[in-house]
Amino acid sequence: MERSSRAAAAPGMRLGRSRPRYGESVVKAVLLLAALVSIATTVGIIASLLSPTIEFFAEVDIVEFVTGTSWGPGFKPPAFGVLPLVVSTVVITLIAVLVAVPLGLLAAIYLSEYASKRVRKVIKPTLEVLAGIPTVVLGFFALTVVTPFLREWTPFDVSFKNGLSAGIVVGIMIIPLVASLAEDAMSAVPNGLREGAFALGSSRMVTSLRVVFPAALSGIIAGVILAVSRAFGETMIVVVAAGSNPSLTVNPLQEMVTFASYIAQAASGDIPVGSTVYKAVFAVGSLLFVTTFVLNYISARIVRRFREVYE
Amino acid sequence: MTLLTTPKTAVRLAAKGRPLREHLFKVALVASLVIALGFLALVLYSMVSKGLGRFDSRLWENMPSIRRPEAAGAQSAIVGTMWLVGLTAVMALPTGILAAIYLEEYADRTRWYNRVIELNIQNLAAIPSIIYGILALGIIARVLGLGFGVLTGAMALSLLVLPIVIIAAREAIRAVPPSIREGSLALGATQWQTIYRQVLPAAIPGIATGAILALSRAIGEAAPLIVLGAATFVPFNPSSVFDRFSALPVQIYFWITQSREEFHLLAAAAIVILLALLLLMNSAAILLRNRYQKRY
Repeated sequence: MERSSRAAAAPGMRLGRSRPRYGESVVKAVLLLAALVSIATTVGIIASLLSPTIEFFAEVDIVEFVTGTSWGPGFKPPAFGVLPLVVSTVVITLIAVLVAVPLGLLAAIYLSEYASKRVRKVIKPTLEVLAGIPTVVLGFFALTVVTPFLREWTPFDVSFKNGLSAGIVVGIMIIPLVASLAEDAMSAVPNGLREGAFALGSSRMVTSLRVVFPAALSGIIAGVILAVSRAFGETMIVVVAAGSNPSLTVNPLQEMVTFASYIAQAASGDIPVGSTVYKAVFAVGSLLFVTTFVLNYISARIVRRFREVYE
Repeated sequence: MTLLTTPKTAVRLAAKGRPLREHLFKVALVASLVIALGFLALVLYSMVSKGLGRFDSRLWENMPSIRRPEAAGAQSAIVGTMWLVGLTAVMALPTGILAAIYLEEYADRTRWYNRVIELNIQNLAAIPSIIYGILALGIIARVLGLGFGVLTGAMALSLLVLPIVIIAAREAIRAVPPSIREGSLALGATQWQTIYRQVLPAAIPGIATGAILALSRAIGEAAPLIVLGAATFVPFNPSSVFDRFSALPVQIYFWITQSREEFHLLAAAAIVILLALLLLMNSAAILLRNRYQKRY
């Protein structure tokens, strides 16, 4: 019994001649149109970013943009060095990754290799709730709970708004993403590999760490890259908890401004349309878009290669 | 591999229980899960304990006020959020479900344009939400000329959640077994009749789960709306789709950035509303998923 693929036409259509059904092609056209909305979205994003960005670089020297160490489009005279934003974005993303990757991966190993079906059924949706908390709420949490805690219980001189508490809370935000993608990757590892390891006398820990984890590594890496991309573009937590004063520093105890948080701050102020400051928002937006696009693309490529292994 | 042990060791492992490091490893695994869930509990607890004192009818009966925080409420923000979610549901759900039907039932995966659509949806799902604000600002508000009303905000949110709807609906459609389609086609139904009368009804619980999760994402989003300038203080409810608006997350952001402590209490109280709403939607989605998870 040969099963035809689902997308194939009905067997009846192939056997005999049938009346042409114009309604069917209209339906198909409408459906295709709906799918093309997603393409239009991407085109729209690129179109909205491109022309103000080009105009921005007509006014601001690209060398100054890339190498300048001060960012302040509203200053007199204005400064357009993007490095402070780059460094802050990288520092906050790094802190988030340091929080999320160990916790997320260990949680994923537990869910995939240790937990019973019933435990998994309760814990996975609960983690999803953590992922569903609005980031403005998490920003408030960073500002009113995490920062006071850091100021009181650490010997460091933590300022009221700082990159550290923003980074930690961004990390908390992406734990569920890391955990669920890593769990998916590890669950996809065929049981035969586990059974083989068990049969050789290895314990559950050895099986998890030396057999399942390496076998799922490409999927796990793809998940981590996706999480990095999420942390990179996170706006509300950073805008609330990390402050608004950009300076070129790697010290997360100070105020920090990232790409996304700059866009939110600039856009919520009053900036005249068409001014250089206005275009600077789009230039920073382009940088954010291109970076996350590259990260997502790498992640998708790795996932595709990884899927070929076991299917 | 270094895992090879003699059968004797294997027997010993089974008989004498696990060595210490096995236990420590398991403790570390459970601990990281507890930490993650502990943060969730801490967020909920800290917001509820802070906001509960201010959680009363003033919150939904009064308008935001910058001068008198004790009399301020969030009515315009609550109504604005309802407008946004309603419009987003009307725009994003049909588009997303139709696109998912196309990709699952009609698209020929060997064609390059179908692969581009697929890759593009994956990528859109991971684009930062603030970029959608820039899209709405640059294209929808200015080029299409729709202004800064509630419709523009809802369009930005629709595009933002569209990938979520599409991905969830595709999974639900894929879970419907081919035999149901083949049975329907064998009886002489056309492809669209098969999809509309057999596949879609069977996929509805899964699609509904995804729809609820997508809308709950839209309710909590602030970044794109802030780019659209929704952060400014709005003391009226929108009465048409072109009216300016506020929304709960944006109102919360606005209150957080104020320095007076009364506004922070107000923000926490509004957060309680928002979290209660989201927990309700999440549990509905989970219930739906568990209840209708059919095995064919």
